[in-house]
Amino acid sequence: MLIAILSLTLLGAVLGLGLGLAARRFHVEGDPLVAQIEALMPGSNCGQCGFPGCPGAASAIAAGSAPVTACPPGGRALAKALAEKLGIAIDLGQVADAGPRIAAVAEEICIGCCRCIKVCPTDAIVGAAKQIHNVMREACTGCGNCVERCPTEAVTLQPVPVTLQHWVWPRPQLAGA
Amino acid sequence: MGLLERFFKPSWGVHPDDHKRPAADVPLRTLPLPERLYVPLQQHVGGPARPVVLAGQKVLKGQLLAEAQGNISAPVHAPTSGRVLAIGEVTAPHPSGLAQLAITLASDGDERWLEREPVADPFALAPEEIARLTAAAGVVGLGGATFPAAVKFNLGRRLKVSTLIVNGGECEPYLSSDDAVMRVRAAEVVDGLRIVMHAIGAANALVGIEDNKPEAIAAMRAAAAPFGDVAIRPVPARYPMGSDKQLIQVLTGKEVPADARAAEVGVLVHNVSTCAAVHRALRRGEALVERIVTVNGGAVRAPGNLLAPIGARVADLLAFAGLAAEPARLILGGPMMGTLLPHANVPLVKGASGVLAFDAREAARPAAGPCIRCGSCTVACPMGLLPLEMASRIRAGDLAGATGFGLSDCISCGCCAWVCPSHIPLVQYFSHARGELAAGERARLRNEATRRLVEQRGERLARDAREKAAAAAKRKAERDAAKAKAAAATESAAASSAAVSAKAVSP
Repeated sequence: MLIAILSLTLLGAVLGLGLGLAARRFHVEGDPLVAQIEALMPGSNCGQCGFPGCPGAASAIAAGSAPVTACPPGGRALAKALAEKLGIAIDLGQVADAGPRIAAVAEEICIGCCRCIKVCPTDAIVGAAKQIHNVMREACTGCGNCVERCPTEAVTLQPVPVTLQHWVWPRPQLAGA
Repeated sequence: MGLLERFFKPSWGVHPDDHKRPAADVPLRTLPLPERLYVPLQQHVGGPARPVVLAGQKVLKGQLLAEAQGNISAPVHAPTSGRVLAIGEVTAPHPSGLAQLAITLASDGDERWLEREPVADPFALAPEEIARLTAAAGVVGLGGATFPAAVKFNLGRRLKVSTLIVNGGECEPYLSSDDAVMRVRAAEVVDGLRIVMHAIGAANALVGIEDNKPEAIAAMRAAAAPFGDVAIRPVPARYPMGSDKQLIQVLTGKEVPADARAAEVGVLVHNVSTCAAVHRALRRGEALVERIVTVNGGAVRAPGNLLAPIGARVADLLAFAGLAAEPARLILGGPMMGTLLPHANVPLVKGASGVLAFDAREAARPAAGPCIRCGSCTVACPMGLLPLEMASRIRAGDLAGATGFGLSDCISCGCCAWVCPSHIPLVQYFSHARGELAAGERARLRNEATRRLVEQRGERLARDAREKAAAAAKRKAERDAAKAKAAAATESAAASSAAVSAKAVSP
């Protein structure tokens, strides 16, 4: 009885130690690029790129199997940042991007069905059954999931209005250009 | 270094023609009350004020129109008595020409004040109380930065500031509104600055006035004579002497480190007009509803200083001063750092020290040429930066490189662009880069917020599922219990009936 306990304990300890050391010794680094790309992405896992969420898209972009323009909500700004990160040149004219956009509910058409609320990845839509829904601007990422779900086409993506707080001086035109 | 600077003029900066006279010598005039006033909700750094009046409501002069919202904010008050016509968007005094929210007031011409509550002896009040009253009067930095004055008081008290520096530099060409305040209201300025000293716990005050304003220096000396702790210090006229970091260095020899505030070297800077506004807020109980503004420029027929209500249109001021020619360029503030206006239908705000209407000759801007790397800008830069290096990086889209050259220390004074022989709009490069960096920072914060929201949604969905499962399990348990009970009841009923029948059978 005692011999069995001791031998099994010893065996367990030796094997466990071996496994632990092996994990350290043969540790495989996850691709740091994937994590860096993921940090740039919107993170709402909306799925418009066709990959399983932002981590999936990030690994596909890092592997080169997806273009840097894959993320529709990220738009031109994200494509540019990703191209810089990966050191590749892209033609930004190819990216269909009308600037950042967010969802808006047309209150006179909304029937209060709650379907858009369920698909919003950031819980940006407020409302209840048979009550008019509304979008919280600060939380909306413009992924467009709600637009497809709305049975009455009350939800549309609208360009984010430029305000005094967001306006940026244009870069001066090059001399002689 | 302090000794050297006492004997030698500072090496930084530029010396443009000041164009202050004859406007500065014209006696102060009062703008006739316009029929309508447009009071923007945000005339300060920080959160916009929140309206507390309704359209159609009658208000008295000095009545609160919108209250401060958040830690760094300032309220706005009715500049005259009348009726609130609307709360809506008007063109902001901003180069973009975008709209901002404002309260439109129809004046009734009576100028009836709200009941004022003057403080007889502000020096008997606690410093916190002075800060509270100053904040309630909507006093912001009138030199142009429009930082809420009371917030600065509290900062100064917390960091144990020893010296109050009062900025009467007014180094921008064309402007003479601070000059007018010091000439006409010297006693108010001195009383106000002593109240500020009390509020921040400063032991002495230095009033820096450029030596091109001898009348203001004389008036201020006379007003400050009874007070030993207030010293009037003429400083050489050199742009940008009115910038707080430069004025501190010239008056005290202390250099404010990069990324630090003036209070961290033991001084606090307030503008002379701000001090006068603090005096009015306490001694008279008057909110900040009017200011002295310089109307100047080649297109103005009768330039000079006007006492105008906040919310008057720039067009009203120009109409009163008269236009000799169609202005080729309109600027709110000074020519070096002021705001380019899209048109004259914008309201006068608290931080507007001047309205400039330039004729075609003044507004002429030579076409920009390529940088010849002459280095003039590096000599002129009062912050010791290399504007040419920053601009070349921004031109190539390398914002990080520009930040490495000290972009965040740039005070946008415009000296570099002024001396540039190639007429490169350097300041616009820097403003553009700062805007882009701020936009990038906002996008990063937004990304983080999105991630947090997604996580919270995940947690919520998991919690919902857990609770649903728990509720289902509970219901099931209840059902099972009920079933078991029912079964037990039928069993016992059967048993008793069996017993009964057994009894019936037994005899």
